[in-house]
Amino acid sequence: MRSIVSLVALAVIGAGIAVSLDEIPFGAVKSRVGGHYVDLGREQTGASNIVTAVVVNYRGFDTLGEVTVLFVAAMGLGAVLATRRNKQKPDIESASLVLYTGCRFLFPLILLFGAYIFINGHLTPGGGFQGGAVVASAFVLVYLGCRGKKINETGSKLVESAGGLIFILVGFAGLAVGGHYFLSNYLPRGELNTLFSAGVIPIIYIAIGLKVGSELAGVIDRLVEEST
Amino acid sequence: MILVVTLFILLMLAAALAALVFKDLMSAVIAACMVSLIASILFYLLQAPDVAMAEASIGAALVTAIFIVAIRRTERYEE
Amino acid sequence: MNWLQDTVYYIGAFGLVFIGLFVMLVKRNLIKVIIGLSILETGVNLFLVSVGYISRGTAPIFSNPLVETRTRVDPVPQALVLTAIVIGVAVLALALSLAIRLYQHYGTLDLSKIREQKW
Repeated sequence: MRSIVSLVALAVIGAGIAVSLDEIPFGAVKSRVGGHYVDLGREQTGASNIVTAVVVNYRGFDTLGEVTVLFVAAMGLGAVLATRRNKQKPDIESASLVLYTGCRFLFPLILLFGAYIFINGHLTPGGGFQGGAVVASAFVLVYLGCRGKKINETGSKLVESAGGLIFILVGFAGLAVGGHYFLSNYLPRGELNTLFSAGVIPIIYIAIGLKVGSELAGVIDRLVEEST
Repeated sequence: MILVVTLFILLMLAAALAALVFKDLMSAVIAACMVSLIASILFYLLQAPDVAMAEASIGAALVTAIFIVAIRRTERYEE
Repeated sequence: MNWLQDTVYYIGAFGLVFIGLFVMLVKRNLIKVIIGLSILETGVNLFLVSVGYISRGTAPIFSNPLVETRTRVDPVPQALVLTAIVIGVAVLALALSLAIRLYQHYGTLDLSKIREQKW
């Protein structure tokens, strides 16, 4: 009964969407804002990656909202799954030597790769969120391979808070440097395609990368804890 | 070229239907991971490498890991 | 073939949206519903990026000086989808934590047995 009603409702919605998709031709130029950002992005921001320039510079306030949503979700997860009892740690059989050594060997290499992705966010495809996710997956590898090792909770909280604070303080510094607005790009642009270019964009992306990485690693840590 | 894209999209829809049908929740999660992975390939074919990287690392790896840990803490089979 | 070229991405994206909606409406296990939510979000992101595509365009990145003269695709939908993917994973993590809490409280994940959730 429920499936039939759902199928009929979805068919009606599908017919409506199919009729209105005629107005959106695939592959045509649809907005002029994108062309404006592509044409003027390099000289106004100094970044080679226009998507990074849009995310951090032209629409930086939306990125601040996204970082806030991620923070609130991680906080909510920690609050929902908090327990008050002190459980005895169950006896976890430690992994075999090959697995343990392999994971310990791979862990700093994956961290290095994630750091490379978010440091070069303004030059090549990549950025803070992708690099942060790679850093978090290095921690997932440690949780899966070397059973019984946990991340240092104080260190992870410090890195996460420092990342968020650096983002906001850099934004406010843009307000303080006379005549500019919140999250403006006030540092010198530099030469195109070099590492130290594009103003505040690399600083913000490094802060976001560290914050997202430690946050997602903390989420995994909170979920894995006390699973028998 | 368009035939390759059509093949990928059919594979993606088949994986989504498999996630609908499977009763073992672990298999359903692996089918959803495959949907994410093929979506990442399609993002690259639509000339969006940033989005492809984000979907592959976040959607295919971290979401699957979170799902598997959550299934371990609850039941594995649907009924 | 021309018709296929113009619509295949839209069919793929909306196919995913409808399969995700169907899973969310019909299935009774809470984790299955959350899997349907994840498929729905992937479909919507695919639709947004395919709206921003321009024929014979290339990625909006200027690293290589040889590709200077081709047109670039629209960068704004890509920035929006980047945000949407991260918010999607945040919502999924919170939903799964609530599912774990419900399981600890009720002992089952069947939505028809948990009394307050009736369709």
